[in-house]
Amino acid sequence: MMNCHQTTKLISESQDRALSLPGKMSLKMHLMMCAGCKNFSLQVPFLSKAMKAYAAGFDEKPKE
Amino acid sequence: MTELTVDSATSRVSPDTSVLSDTAFLTDLRRQMVKFANQQLSNSHAAEDAVQEALVGALKNAASFAGRAALKTWVFAILRNKIADVLRQKLRTVDASSLLREDEEGENFSELFDPKGHWQKDERPAIWGNPQDALRQNQFWKVFEMCLEGLPGNQARVFMMKEFIELDTDEICATVGITTTNLNVMLHRSRMRLRECLEIRWFVKGEHA
Repeated sequence: MMNCHQTTKLISESQDRALSLPGKMSLKMHLMMCAGCKNFSLQVPFLSKAMKAYAAGFDEKPKE
Repeated sequence: MTELTVDSATSRVSPDTSVLSDTAFLTDLRRQMVKFANQQLSNSHAAEDAVQEALVGALKNAASFAGRAALKTWVFAILRNKIADVLRQKLRTVDASSLLREDEEGENFSELFDPKGHWQKDERPAIWGNPQDALRQNQFWKVFEMCLEGLPGNQARVFMMKEFIELDTDEICATVGITTTNLNVMLHRSRMRLRECLEIRWFVKGEHA
């Protein structure tokens, strides 16, 4: 059974490569039981999304 | 996308001439570009060159931009491409051993996780609600930039390569001279840190409410 530290690593790696089937399964199992990691799993893709918006939308940011 | 702020210069004269004659804007833009290029290239000469080329290329077409915001977006898009080119050409622009050293000295997460690897009670990630809403708020981007700047140099560098310049992981590993395992560790750490910073300074603090 994966702990939270290992789970966050796997969630991070899922941004960079496709996880193996066993990886996906253990991730799913852990997320069903752990609210903290569940939140983390939603936040990491958001970081990526925010970076894309940051890169593309300099016009959406205030002028310094 | 439209500019959120309109200053007096933009409203008075046509956009193309106002951008080119606005030295404060150009100086500030250049400063931001140099800062970003330096972070990525760790070679100030190459960074200056990339910035110069991007600026010259963009300003040649300045007349076709609707305003400062469009020009800034365009100029950074060119800069990102130039940096990606330079990184691909010049493998190992940074001393790989320095990356690994910093990595070894990195945080060990004992503050975040208990000895069994479960979240410490007060470190458990909270619910962020609808984080997309934050993307439309100017104040959020100030916090976001501050959190990015809070990342240790080498973590920031690989994170920006991955998420901002959008190099793929093989390219980053070859360029920086690290293994995929090293890269995974660094990306994991930078995401943990960035997430925590945004949560504390934005999503939980409720400053934006």
